[in-house]
Formats: sequence, structure tokens, C-alpha cells
Amino acid sequence: MYKIVCKESLNPTVTKMVIEAPAIAKKAQPGQFIILRVDEEGERIPLTIADYDAAKGTVTIIYQIVGGTTKLLDSKQQGEYISDFVGPLGKPTETEGRKKVAVIGGGVGCAIALPVAKKFHDIGAEVHSVVGFRNKDLVILQNEFEACSDKYIIMSDDGSAGEKGLVTDALKKLIESGEQYDEVIAIGPLIMMKFVCKLTKEYGIKTTVSMNPIMIDGTGMCGGCRLTVGGEVKFACVDGPDFDGHLVDFDEAMERGSMYKDFERHAYEETCNLLNKQVEC
Amino acid sequence: MANMSLKKNEMPHQDPKVRARNFNEVALGYTPEQAVDEAQRCLGCKNRSCVAGCPVKIDIPEFLAFVAKGEFEEAYNIISRQSSLPAVCGRVCPQESQCESKCVRGIKGEPVAIGRLERFVADYHNANCKELPAKPESNGHKVAVIGSGPAGLTCAGDLAKKGYDVTVFEAFHVAGGVLVYGIPEFRLPKAIVAKEIETLKALGVDIRTNYVVGRTISIDELMKEEGFEAVFIGSGAGLPKFMGIEGENLKGVYSANEFLTRINLMKAYRDDSKTPIYRAKKVAVCGGGNVAMDAARSALRLGAEEVYIVYRRGESELPARAEEVEHAKEEGIIFKLLTNPTRILKGENGMVCGMECVEMTLGEPDASGRRRPVVKEGSEFVLDVDCVIMAIGTSPNPLIKSTTEGLDTERWGGIIADEDGLTSRENVYAGGDAVTGAATVILAMGAGKTAASAIDKKLMNK
Ligand SMILES: Cc1cc2nc3c(=O)[nH]c(=O)nc-3n(C[C@H](O)[C@H](O)[C@H](O)COP(=O)(O)OP(=O)(O)OC[C@H]3O[C@@H](n4cnc5c(N)ncnc54)[C@H](O)[C@@H]3O)c2cc1C
Ligand code: FES
Repeated sequence: MYKIVCKESLNPTVTKMVIEAPAIAKKAQPGQFIILRVDEEGERIPLTIADYDAAKGTVTIIYQIVGGTTKLLDSKQQGEYISDFVGPLGKPTETEGRKKVAVIGGGVGCAIALPVAKKFHDIGAEVHSVVGFRNKDLVILQNEFEACSDKYIIMSDDGSAGEKGLVTDALKKLIESGEQYDEVIAIGPLIMMKFVCKLTKEYGIKTTVSMNPIMIDGTGMCGGCRLTVGGEVKFACVDGPDFDGHLVDFDEAMERGSMYKDFERHAYEETCNLLNKQVEC
Repeated sequence: MANMSLKKNEMPHQDPKVRARNFNEVALGYTPEQAVDEAQRCLGCKNRSCVAGCPVKIDIPEFLAFVAKGEFEEAYNIISRQSSLPAVCGRVCPQESQCESKCVRGIKGEPVAIGRLERFVADYHNANCKELPAKPESNGHKVAVIGSGPAGLTCAGDLAKKGYDVTVFEAFHVAGGVLVYGIPEFRLPKAIVAKEIETLKALGVDIRTNYVVGRTISIDELMKEEGFEAVFIGSGAGLPKFMGIEGENLKGVYSANEFLTRINLMKAYRDDSKTPIYRAKKVAVCGGGNVAMDAARSALRLGAEEVYIVYRRGESELPARAEEVEHAKEEGIIFKLLTNPTRILKGENGMVCGMECVEMTLGEPDASGRRRPVVKEGSEFVLDVDCVIMAIGTSPNPLIKSTTEGLDTERWGGIIADEDGLTSRENVYAGGDAVTGAATVILAMGAGKTAASAIDKKLMNK
């Protein structure tokens, strides 16, 4: 059992939780993820490690309430426990030798992008962060990003936060204005990553994306997380989650990601009903 | 006087039509009368060829003699001298190619039903002996076991009985390895595996689930920082192979590992499960081993109308246990033998809508001595399916190798170990599928036993 030592709502649908998991906290690095089960009957879901503190023995996760499991997770409070928490899984993000990078975060993907941006900042690289949200109510981690970025640009769909437009618009402007990046790191919805890669390919800038397909074990045992990268089959949980964005077959990944859409919608509604019932009685 | 019937006693089964739609155990086991009667078929012959056929050399004639007298607990004690998992092995061992293949009664008629009797004896013991063993006095030595499949469980149990402080590290949230995530409930009820784990815990074995060795902690850390004097690697062969044909990443294509894990470990077959599974109408399972049979029969139980086994060789080459093939057929699984998939076809929304295959014929024997399948020209046809499950084999996961310096492996990933299970690293032992590649429960168990005794010798001579 793993204790929830702190829970904080970042926006109406995104929550931050700090979990007591000393063994994982000791080994965690940016770019890695954990797999959790909320309770004994729960499904296994992967979540990226948003932060970790080896001294305190804690690991921070940030999740968006999108389905039954995240809804259930969100019903747990500070001081309560979750059944299973395993990791750190996947390969850490490579940061060595980069002097100047652009970190692009989309929505809750910012939670994954933040530790990467921090790491680049820590090794002395110049970090330009470009983050995108639908509107100002959904903006998360602004202070944290500002603290580790030399440039911080917010984009929003409706212009209510930062500039109106997409992260790709901002990135394009930066590149056109003469900024030269060793690498662009894009983390967010598949569609965002796809278009960031399309843009950076035109300019020949190395781009790394963090993939989050459906997973079960996270150790290379089921192949459910497989992707096509440069014409080869890769398992995101062990070969990734970071991949060369110019080689990833995003269309296939998007299709595979929709495998259980109906089930998920149903599970979400069921969980909502169940939780509401518990509140009523 | 021996029972001279040429046939073995039938074991009661659930009716094929009924069981094809539920996940309850297929075989129901002998009654005490049936068991005694069957055991009396053993002639107790001197040369004990059945024992030679058993990978762990269980004293078969001795245990059968006790069963024949109705002394079941004594029979159990004989079996448990060599086997720590009799209730499991009685159910899943390929007896027809091991002990039973050597039985003299099989020359004229059917061999003695050794497997069914082993199962009976173990079930009798489990039903009548509720006591858990006491924790032996500690000898102060710490051993780490990686993986909780049959190899790891056996190694842990044997060492714990000798007083070692054993900690098992398991990547999944439950212990049992393939016994819980791979082999389905209808063939091996999970309560049996749970009972084995309870026994281990009573012996003082500390089972740490959610520990991926190589990620959460490395072998070097276990030995240098956590004070484990020896390590046994029983991490299995969990990496699924794919065929590399077009369409393998479509929605509706599963590895057998994923399909079976969703069903067995995550209970996706139950309506209240939180883990989704695709309930297909027509399913093709590629492969001919136990894993393929399990996947096919599970698909049927999830409600599929038609389920095919697609296998590139012939009936007699099917590597699955004979009993599983027979059960699969009784349940209505359709065997497309001498057939090889060439392409999976894409339908709406990226879902599978068919599988293109070719027919094969058997040519000259290859290196393995089996006749090599060759493509029949112009024999392409499309199998109408909406789900494809790949059960064409697995290999050892490279995670431990890649995080343990100096641990030698074969090119295909198997950890290199000598006859004691010792690897290229001092005090690091390995056994089971991690060493041999996908094999059997009994071999994994045997390897765990051998390594336990080697570890004991090594640490005691320090
Ligand atoms: C579907 C299916 C059906 C089968 N049917 C039969 C049958 O009828 N008869 C038969 O004899 N055999 C059968 N087998 C084969 C048999 O199950 C295996 O040979 C046997 O389980 C191997 O045992 P093992 O202990 O070596 O490994 P496994 O049972 O594979 O156990 C390995 C364990 O190690 C864990 N692990 C892996 N890596 C790590 C790590 N880095 N850190 C921590 N833990 C780790 C895994 O999660 C797993 O729990 C079947 C196999 C499958 C998949
Ligand atoms: S999640 Fe199972 S192989 Fe990656």
C-alpha cells in the first residue's frame, strides 16, 4: 500500500498527488513513469513522474481526470492509500550535452514536460518553454515553469491566457526569429506532437516526443504499448517512452489509442455513478 | 492383483458445450474410488521407467502404491520430496511426453494416468490439510529471488525451509508468474496458486510485489546495499514475439501475453472488471502451443462465435499438451493446420477485418528434426476474422541482462547458467524460462530446486 501524502487540485480536471514510495523516489529520473492500481480490483494505468524527492521518499504524479480509473484515483484523499505503485519505468530523457532547447508542453502534458525542463535548466542549458492550454482556467504549473525557463510562452485556444494560437505558432516564430535549438522536446496530445514534429522537420531540428500508449505491465511483457518508429516495432514502456519524433508513426498511434474508447467512456460513467451513490449514502 | 483394464479411468469433465462459455475448471478430478482403482493399474515394475521420464524424478511407483492402498497423505509425502507444486504440475505437465510415455502399460493400452493421480493426491492434501507450516529458525543468511513463477517460488520455498531469510521481488502486483497471468483459470484455478504463496509466506518468505529488478533496484544494489548474499533469477521468458507481417499493429491484434494477462491477471472476463478487453466475433490465434490453446479457448469463453488455431505445421507437430488440443477440439475450436498468416487486413477505424494466409506442405526435416513447412504456390486465401492473437513464442526480457554488468547471456537472450544454475556472476544463480527460453512448469520448478541446493552449499561452505 502506498500513502498519499499530499493532494492538490491544479485546475478543475487536473490533480497533483505526492505518493510515499521511497524505493522509486531513489531511482527516478525525468522522463520515467510509474504504473499504479488504485485498489484491489483496479486497472493498471501508467502516469509520468512529475517530480521526486529521494530524501523525503516521495514521488509526485499529476493526472487529468479522463476515465474511470483517474476518477477513482481522484476520490482518494490525503492520508489514504493506493494499492500498487511500481517504477520507475522506461528510459530517462537524454539531456546530456544540450546547450539550448525548446520544451513544448500541451495541457496536462506540461506535468511531464516540467521535470525535463528542470533537468535541462539544472545542467545549464538555455530553456525556452512553450506551453499550450485551451483557456486560462486550465493553465497549470506556470510558476514552476517560469522558475526553470529562460523564456516562457503561454498559448491558448481562445486567447484568455497568453497569446491566442497553437504552440506550433509560437515555436515557429521563435525559430524564424533566429533561435537555434539543439533539440525540441514535445510532450502533450498526440496531435500536438505530430504537428510540432512536422514543423521541426522542415527546419531540420532534432525532436524528441514522449509517447503514452495503452500499457499493462510496463516491463515489455505484453506488447500492448507497441508503436512503429522508423518502420520498426518498438515497445514504448521499455524502448521509450521518448522517441525521435520525426520517426514516429503518429497516425497509427492515434488509432491504437482509441481501442477502448467506448469502454473507457462507460467505465467513467459507471465510476461517477458509483462515487455519487457512495456520497448519497 | 493389479487392475488389468487397458484404458485409464476417465476423469470427469464439465460438458464441452457448457464449459466453452465459462471460466470454471474444465477437469473435475478423480473421486477417491476412481483414484484407487486407477492406481491399481500400476504394475510396480522394477526398472521404474516412468521415473526416468519425470524431469524431477518423482518416485512414481511408490506414490502410486500408497494411492492404491487409499493412503493418500503418504502418497503426498512421497511426491513432495521432489515436487513443491504437485497440484499445479498434476494439471499442467505434458505427462504424455514425460512419465506416462514411458509406462509399460502404454505398450498395450493406455499408460497409468500418473498426472491425474498426482493431481488427485495434491487436491486431497490441500482439502484435508489446512495447517500451514511453521517458520523455521533463521540461519541469518539473506537470499534474494527475482520473479515469482514456478522457478522462483520453488527456490524460495526450499531455501526458506532451510532457514534462509528469503525475499522474492516480483514486477507484477501479484505473485505467481505465468501461473497467474498466463495459464487460465479454467485450466489452473488461481486459488491453487494462492495457496502455494500462502505456504511460502508461512515459511517466512517476504514477497515484495511491484518491484521491477533492473528498474526499482538492481542486482548489484541488492547484493552490495541490501546485504543479500546470493540472488536467484527466475524472471521467465516474458517478451512476446511478433511475426513481422503487415497489419500486426492494427487494433484487434494482441500478443497472447497481452490477451491472457488482461483476462487472467486483470480478470477482464468478469463484467465488473475495470480492465477492458475486445470481445471479438471471429478470432484467429497464430501458433500451436499451450499458449495458443489457452488464448483460443479464452477467446471462445469471452463469447466469440468462431475461433481458429492457425498453425504452419501439421497435427502431430502441435507442441501443445495432447489433452489441451483434445479439449480445444471438443469445445469447437477450428484447427487450420498447415496454414501460415501472411498479412492482416485493415478495416474501419484501423480494426482488423481479416487475415490473409497461405497453405503449407511439409518438406524435408530441418535442424530440429521436424519437417519444414513450405508454401504451396497460389494457395492464398482470406480468413474472415476481426481479431488476431499472436502466440508464436516468447523470449527472455533483456531488462535484467542490460542492468547487470558481467551477466552473460546467449544471443537470443537466455541467461547462461551451469548445471547448478550458477551464472557468470559470483553468487548469482538463474533458472527456469529465463535460462531455457519458454519451456515447462516442471523444468522451471526443477531448476529452482537445483539452484536452491547449490546456493545452500555455497553459503554454508563460506
Ligand atoms: C499461456 C501459457 C500456458 C502454458 N501452459 C503450460 C502447460 O500447460 N504446462 C507447462 O508445463 N508449462 C506451460 N507453460 C509454460 C510455463 O508456464 C513456464 O515454462 C513456467 O511458468 C516458467 O516458470 P519461470 O518461473 O521460469 O517463469 P515465469 O512463470 O514466467 O515467472 C517469471 C516471473 O518473473 C517476473 N519478472 C520478470 N522480470 C522481472 C524483473 N525484472 N523483476 C522482478 N520480477 C520479474 C515476472 O513478472 C513473472 O512473474 C505455459 C506458459 C504460458 C504463457
Ligand atoms: S506495457 Fe506491456 S509491453 Fe509495454
